[in-house]
Amino acid sequence: MSVAAGSTTIARPGFAAAVAAERIKLTGIRSPWWCAGAAVAVTAGLGAIVSVATRYEGGPLTVATTQLVHSAGMAVVMVMAALAITTEHSTGTIRTTYLAVPRRGVALGAKAVVVAAVAAAVGLAGAFGSWGLSAALVPDVDLALHGAVEWRQVAGVGAVNLLAAVIALAVGILVRHTAGAVALVLVWGLVAEQLIGLLPGVGPALTPWLPFQAGKYFVTADGTATGLLGSPWAALGYLTAVAAGLLAVAVAVARRRDA
Amino acid sequence: MIEVRGLTRRYGATLAVDDLSFTVEPGRVTGFLGPNGSGKSTTMRLVLGLDRPSAGLALVDGVPYRELAHPLRTVGALLDARWVHPNRTARAHLRWLARSNRLPPGRVDEVLDQVGLTAVADRRAGAFSLGMAQRLGIAAALLGDPEILLFDEPVNGLDPEGIVWVRRFVRGLAAQGRCVLVSSHLLPEMALTADELVVIGRGRLIAQSTTAEFVDSASRTSVRVDGPRLDELAAALRRAGVEVGPSGDGALTATGTPMARIGRVAADAGLALSELSLHRGSLEEAFMRITGHEVEYTAGGPAGGPDDSAALTAAKG
Ligand SMILES: Nc1ncnc2c1ncn2[C@@H]1O[C@H](COP(=O)(O)OP(=O)(O)OP(=O)(O)O)[C@@H](O)[C@H]1O
Ligand SMILES: [Mg+2]
Repeated sequence: MSVAAGSTTIARPGFAAAVAAERIKLTGIRSPWWCAGAAVAVTAGLGAIVSVATRYEGGPLTVATTQLVHSAGMAVVMVMAALAITTEHSTGTIRTTYLAVPRRGVALGAKAVVVAAVAAAVGLAGAFGSWGLSAALVPDVDLALHGAVEWRQVAGVGAVNLLAAVIALAVGILVRHTAGAVALVLVWGLVAEQLIGLLPGVGPALTPWLPFQAGKYFVTADGTATGLLGSPWAALGYLTAVAAGLLAVAVAVARRRDA
Repeated sequence: MIEVRGLTRRYGATLAVDDLSFTVEPGRVTGFLGPNGSGKSTTMRLVLGLDRPSAGLALVDGVPYRELAHPLRTVGALLDARWVHPNRTARAHLRWLARSNRLPPGRVDEVLDQVGLTAVADRRAGAFSLGMAQRLGIAAALLGDPEILLFDEPVNGLDPEGIVWVRRFVRGLAAQGRCVLVSSHLLPEMALTADELVVIGRGRLIAQSTTAEFVDSASRTSVRVDGPRLDELAAALRRAGVEVGPSGDGALTATGTPMARIGRVAADAGLALSELSLHRGSLEEAFMRITGHEVEYTAGGPAGGPDDSAALTAAKG
């Protein structure tokens, strides 16, 4: 057929084309912009409030304090990530997506890249916003980024947001329904892990293996801290493995399922 | 070309598509005809790799859809006009599609123009009427200038003007040498659009033949005759050799005779008529008849009247 003959000269649209398409999709509607704006505002605003309150209550105010409530912005980012796929299912757009990019690993991988990039950018903006606002509002405390530890405590929010978004996307791929996916992700990220940590006896032993607790540890650990997973970087590695594993499972399931 | 071989799909206890085989050739419109729930949409989803077959395979351009190197340049499909994000503009929808397959960005404006949506290109797709959504779906299908096109019930819910537009459009695509599969549950619609028919019932192939052959065989026409002196009218018609019987609701049904002749017989006998109308058997009736025979044949039972078995043979040819 003439198309087949003609197309041999045209490069096969690969992963980059799918990423570009997903970028147009995500930025072409308003709700992700609202989510991103809200996440930045919440992270920066709440973070600054916590810093100011800590200062006036006389507690120790450090760079890590400015990021104590980064999970608030992370929650918004996770909602955005879950919605990125569940709205495709509710509107039927997922079928259009799979018609355009029938290799589902490519289609969903491209979505993960775009969602993760937005989540990381939002995390960085919120974290540096919180840190900058705190430093401006509490000028008498030294909040300068002196070294690798302080840089990790602020910039690390970008990495944790990125991985949280991948987890939320994977949950969205698996659950498909908006309400279910959002509830699951928020309850897991914000409530369930805290409650598990409070269980008498097993709680403290389990905590390092809870992905979002590992993320929190990565952001807030100071230079001397040694968690059960060792360094904060090991905790980040663990969170990365969980996110990648969950995404791989979700893609494998999506490939076998009816769209 | 589209090739479907032994395609089967079960949903739990429902056998939606049952060992279906047919081919769709380029250069003509192939109508995919079957009553509601007969498995047309399911077959199309299977051909497009959206659902997985329980058995059998479907090939487009010789390969399964999921293995196409250039999906949108090879196949264009409109299965459901609402598979668009309601908050995205028509243009943004086409832009991401074009980008995903490395189609030239200029194609977006070209197809918008082709389907007459240029003026509303920057409006939210969610605010589109069904007719506009259908046009957007067709624009999306045409984006990659594909040789193979699938449309699932493209005229459903459209106003007469929209129906005529879609019909012409689809015929135009086939006239350009493309391979076009259009589904419908309406025989009259397919009779106007399709050159060739693939007819299914309960997920199984009933016939693949030219439209003319199938229409002749499937939809027997009859003439409804009514008048004040019905008994005399019936007698006069029988004397003239017209096959006539009670219609079941107090009038007469004549088969196999042109209306003009019936009118002349009545006039010659000096009988007034209050009704003389042509009735074309509906697809549903034809299906009841044809699928009923399918079952009888497979069960080894006796065939029906000579009229019906002739219809079936023609349809199968
Ligand atoms: N996802 C699904 N899950 C369960 N059953 C399904 C599914 N899709 C289709 N079916 C069943 O398969 C059968 C064929 O449905 P399908 O939609 O393919 O028919 P159709 O010919 O397109 O009908 P219509 O003319 O109404 O569009 C029906 O009995 C339907 O209920
Ligand atoms: Mg259907």
